Amino acid sequence: MPAQLSDTLTTPAAALRREGFLGQAQRFSRDPLGMLGLILVTLIILAAIFADILAPYGPAAIDVKARLAAPTFEHPLGTDQLGRDVLSRVLYGGRIALEVALVCISVSLGLGLVLGMLAGYGPRWLDNALILIFDAVRSFPVIMFALAVVTLVGPSLETIELIIIVTSIPGYARIVRTQTLSLKNNEFILAERSLGAGIWRVLSVHIMPNVIGPLLILASMDVPVVVTIEAGLSFLGLGVRPPTPSWGSILNDGYAFIRNTPWLVIAGGVPLILTTLGFTFLGEALRDIFDPKLRKG
Amino acid sequence: MWVYTARRLGLAIVIISVAMAMLFFMIYLVPGDPASIALGPRATPEMKEALRAKMGLDKPVVVQFFNFFVNVLRGDLGVDVWSNRSVSIIVVESLPYTLVLTAVGLGWAILLGVPMGCYSAIRRNTWLDKISGVLSVSAIAVPSFIVALYCLLLFAVEWKVLPAIGAGEQGDYWDQFTHLILPSFAIGLGWVGYLARLVRASMLEIMGENFIRTARAFGLAERTIVYRYALKLAILPTVALMGVGVGNLLSGAVFAEIVFARPGIGKLVYDAVITRNYPVVMGAVLVTTALFVLCTLLADLLAAWLDPRARAAL
Repeated sequence: MPAQLSDTLTTPAAALRREGFLGQAQRFSRDPLGMLGLILVTLIILAAIFADILAPYGPAAIDVKARLAAPTFEHPLGTDQLGRDVLSRVLYGGRIALEVALVCISVSLGLGLVLGMLAGYGPRWLDNALILIFDAVRSFPVIMFALAVVTLVGPSLETIELIIIVTSIPGYARIVRTQTLSLKNNEFILAERSLGAGIWRVLSVHIMPNVIGPLLILASMDVPVVVTIEAGLSFLGLGVRPPTPSWGSILNDGYAFIRNTPWLVIAGGVPLILTTLGFTFLGEALRDIFDPKLRKG
Repeated sequence: MWVYTARRLGLAIVIISVAMAMLFFMIYLVPGDPASIALGPRATPEMKEALRAKMGLDKPVVVQFFNFFVNVLRGDLGVDVWSNRSVSIIVVESLPYTLVLTAVGLGWAILLGVPMGCYSAIRRNTWLDKISGVLSVSAIAVPSFIVALYCLLLFAVEWKVLPAIGAGEQGDYWDQFTHLILPSFAIGLGWVGYLARLVRASMLEIMGENFIRTARAFGLAERTIVYRYALKLAILPTVALMGVGVGNLLSGAVFAEIVFARPGIGKLVYDAVITRNYPVVMGAVLVTTALFVLCTLLADLLAAWLDPRARAAL
């Protein structure tokens, strides 16, 4: 992002003061796609939290007589090749997806925030070095990088989380850096420094609150990306290990038995589509209200 | 322009070198050495030693690091653990399949995305514009491997109208073409959405410019204004995005090749991961990374050539 653009970025905090929270909530409620997104996201989160109450069976419970069954009253989404109830696996799979998203996004957001502020506020050589590293990490196609790491370390939930964190940090850090650069010569920062404030006080009390808003909106729009990487790697059999249920591994089973039954692929894919659509609609609506300048293209 | 080209080229070389160094140290620092990974748990210590010596892993780190760089520059990416063939040759053999797939995917995006965005901009705020807006966001959001799976399910398994597996008979162009339709659509769909949004936004901006008003004042047909003048300019911003686009399409191609069992670099890497054939994985990762950096470089240069303002950014 060119430097001129970042000067015009307003922070949500500033926008809030102008319009008031109620006005924004009202504008949000008039955006049908945003409301649809909010409803979808709420339902998905609730389904994941209450998975053990909602699921009719355990995620690994086997019904030997009904294998690869089409939907019935007993199994609303059918069963897989081992006779496990697909609805229950989909519900528990949602937990994994959201857990990975929560862990990865909060860790990479935190690290990206610190590194980005250091790059923007620190000495020139540190800035150049960090930018170079960010650009190098971003030059790997994500899936290729993931496959290389999995070959070396072996597949597991932690491997996926590590891959996602490493590849998402540069995106956050670059945004924070441009914001910090444009803030750092503002009068209020110079005044604070002339009063003798140290670097950590300036960064944590004055820069961070102004940077965090747009970052949170970006984070909500990153949920679909993270969920997709987890499901994608699990689909390739290189992510979550069986018998842990994941939407990706349900799709993997569905792909293997696609000529026997279409239901596994449908059951694994639809929640993934709803999740990505829900978070995207919600994120776009939030961005349009709080921070229209973040809009790219 | 020459100064910009030189600096941008320099930056690309530095980025590739840093990426290579990161890959090297990642391999070096990870617990467990590549030789035992390749040989599996039942290998004897002697077998491991022999393979380590063959791969040059018994030398000091600095020497290994230096050798790694020199070999890559000479186009030597090591040897396939199982077949003993040169990794460079294996990668170069499967690359054309992936490049064709990516190009056709980009073709879908241009074929559908540009008219969609153009139409939306002209009919701004009609219900068709709104539907196209929702469709574009959805196309961007839905993961490409889900699109691939559902295409496979609908067109190949349920309706049996298009082939499901492979790249088609060698030399039979029609057969190869029908094998391309589904996988390229799956990876291109997201970019249909991106292009539609981008073209719509830049069309709207350009239609508000003074020269369009002048053209209208001269009594030119609306059709001529839109297609002869506005659209030409509206396409420009998309060029800068194409470099990034090719990178994303490459990632998507990995899934499309696996789902449709097509030969290509994605299938190559996946099979190598499964058989722990780590020189092939590393070689393919290096080549795709270089390809990605090259594409962003070309896109940036093209954008700078078309629009001198972009040259100031570096």
